[in-house]
Amino acid sequence: MLTVAIVALVKVIVVLVIFLLMIAYLTWWERKLLAHFQVRLGPMRVGPHGLLQPLADGLKLLFKEDITPAGSNRIIFTLAPIITFVPTFMVLAVIPFGKSITLFGKSIDLIISDFNMGILYIFAVVSLGVYGIVLAGWSSNNKYSLLGGLRSSAQMISYEVSLGLSVIGILMLSGSLSLVNIVNQQDSILNWYIFRQPLAFVIFLICALAEINRIPFDLPEADNELVAGYYTEYSSMKFAMFFLGEYGSMINASAIATTLFFGGWQGPWLPPVVWFLIKIGAFLSFFIWLRATLPRFRYDQLMRFGWGILLPLALLNIFITAIIMVW
Amino acid sequence: MLNYINSLLAIPRGLLVTFKHLFKPAVTLRYPEVKEKLPERYRGLHYLARDENGDEKCVCCGLCALACPSGCIYMEPGENQRGERYARVYEINELRCIFCGYCEEACPVGAIFLGKEYEFSNDKREKFIYTKEELLVPLPGEKKV
Ligand code: SF4
Ligand code: SF4
Repeated sequence: MLTVAIVALVKVIVVLVIFLLMIAYLTWWERKLLAHFQVRLGPMRVGPHGLLQPLADGLKLLFKEDITPAGSNRIIFTLAPIITFVPTFMVLAVIPFGKSITLFGKSIDLIISDFNMGILYIFAVVSLGVYGIVLAGWSSNNKYSLLGGLRSSAQMISYEVSLGLSVIGILMLSGSLSLVNIVNQQDSILNWYIFRQPLAFVIFLICALAEINRIPFDLPEADNELVAGYYTEYSSMKFAMFFLGEYGSMINASAIATTLFFGGWQGPWLPPVVWFLIKIGAFLSFFIWLRATLPRFRYDQLMRFGWGILLPLALLNIFITAIIMVW
Repeated sequence: MLNYINSLLAIPRGLLVTFKHLFKPAVTLRYPEVKEKLPERYRGLHYLARDENGDEKCVCCGLCALACPSGCIYMEPGENQRGERYARVYEINELRCIFCGYCEEACPVGAIFLGKEYEFSNDKREKFIYTKEELLVPLPGEKKV
């Protein structure tokens, strides 16, 4: 019993530390890559090629004054970043990041919890993050924040349904809600769900982009129209929490896409964990690439797109999958 | 329908464009280490020239101040040992100056020029009022004020 608890604790700590490090260096990577897409250099000063920039940024944020604007709802204002931030960490619990390894004669699964309803859990937890955004917008007593929050809720109702439906095809094929099973089924590249469910992947990717508020769906932030959207009034650690949450969910989205469609940690020669990180890295870079390329959707366009195109396509995908399965 | 397909295709096309840019050398100039090569006729901080004897060329005629659109040149005339008119006080407020170069054009004796110096930021407004001593090119062997 005790060993189980210790193993679990160690896993949680290791995953958490790596996750935080990844977030820190994701900000660096994003700035760097985006800069090169725009024929700039990006951070260069702090450490070689700006490698210490995330540390400097973190320190700076810590020492900033924590401001709560007058007329804001203090409790909700404080709670909102936490609501956005915590779910990003909870998602990690069910994502398998490697095959089981044997340490001191004990086999250890490289997943925090092999929960047999992993996908449902992820979707349940992930959609909590939006509440943080909406509440932040509402409690800030600032019209830009409020508009950001409103857009966020409009955005959520446009993609959430399609996001859920897009993975139904996989569930039908795999017959399991556990991510471990889903990864195990994708043991060779031909079994990757991207090839069996290409349409689902496209829908999933688009919805995931909307979920994590990345360009072209960064309506709630929309720097050039809404100052900074829902977190306009936030500073110091509360801002940092939104920031961590945002980049954390970017990593999560990559991890989920990898697990569902790209065989998770499966891959030849290299250790599974390395494969997993490579695939996540590729997704993250792709998200940044999209950011360097696409303009932002308008909010009515997004709603029309979500309900008029994505939802029918997602339903069609389920339909076709069902027909093929029964055949 | 064609419209839709076209706009869908715009995404990969756009991605390709940005991807090509990824491999171009960055245009960023790493400023304090690397500096831009200034064009021949760059207009930076003024300097007051001297003649071949090392005397100040300026005769304090006031034409530069008259030409100056921002009114940032101030001078007071005086007489030197040889009884010639010269500028006892000559000041340019570099904060008001728009670096148009009209003063250089107006000067009948070629005494004022706009140089290539542009790194003269300071922490006090008063320090931007450059005195004659600061503007004059130093005599050989003299240190710049
Ligand atoms: S450069 Fe133009 S603005 Fe500046 S001192 Fe000369 S005339 Fe005046
Ligand atoms: S700088 Fe030239 S124009 Fe100005 S006062 Fe002196 S001589 Fe006259």
